[in-house]
Amino acid sequence: MAEPTTSDAGAGPPAPRTSPLAHLADRMRAAAVTGARGVTLAEWPFVTMVNLRVDPASEAAVRIEKTLGAPLPRQCGHTTASGPHTLVWLGPDEWLVLSHADGTAVAGELGEALAGDPGSVVDVSANRTTLELSGPAARQVLEKGCPLDLHPRAHGPGRAVSTTVGPVAVLLWQVDDAPTYRLFPRSSFADYLARWLIDAMAEYRGPEVP
Amino acid sequence: MLLISCPWCGPRDETEYHYGGQAHVPHPESPADLSDEQWAAYVFYRDNSKGPFAERWVHSTGCRRWFNVLRDTATHEVLAVYRLDGPRPAPPQAGGNR
Repeated sequence: MAEPTTSDAGAGPPAPRTSPLAHLADRMRAAAVTGARGVTLAEWPFVTMVNLRVDPASEAAVRIEKTLGAPLPRQCGHTTASGPHTLVWLGPDEWLVLSHADGTAVAGELGEALAGDPGSVVDVSANRTTLELSGPAARQVLEKGCPLDLHPRAHGPGRAVSTTVGPVAVLLWQVDDAPTYRLFPRSSFADYLARWLIDAMAEYRGPEVP
Repeated sequence: MLLISCPWCGPRDETEYHYGGQAHVPHPESPADLSDEQWAAYVFYRDNSKGPFAERWVHSTGCRRWFNVLRDTATHEVLAVYRLDGPRPAPPQAGGNR
């Protein structure tokens, strides 16, 4: 991962990409718990992520919203979606565009929409990886290390916030009511966070201790 | 544990923030004209008052924005939170009901 990927021209096809958690895929699968206290963990590698900074009151923001087909969320925790893109609020003038589309293409389109106005569009797909934690016990697993109130009265599907899980800074996005959470840790912290979650999931294998 | 309300993200635990020292320390108008002693006073010397104290915090694991907090250094009570471009709130009067 951290090794330089330069290769001599004509020395063969480029090596396939390795995700930050490829080496833990089997352990994450084995850690899955089924039943009423079930919880599963999996990595979704290579999600396109584009960091976007622009003044939300500017003309450029209007052009970017038109390009993405969705309004930029204006409040902490809010997300908007359109086609392959999901827009996540990171700060008052900063967003993360999550997408199934090709990263270079998305960054290129947004760069054209920005058209040299103050702001920035950067493809940061390699900055973070995606962990999906899902199942009836998923909230209890996160509550062991997340300072946020994740109860449905305060946190529901469609909310995404930057916070910490254990000591790791993550972007935490709740996708549905299962509940399913997607965690976006920086790649170099992903190994630690995955092991932390595997450990936190272990107790749900046994019966509940009253 | 302090509970600090980020002006953009709302109430979060102190562990999500980092401290930035005393607020409202103006940068010298002409740093080149200062003596070493004056420069040292600007760089290193800070108030250490008991009671309401304006200080800078950054929401480092959240929106990564700097803002100011008025905190009582004796009770740790967070009296006010305000943006860098917002007005500085008046410190509560001694003997007030707090």
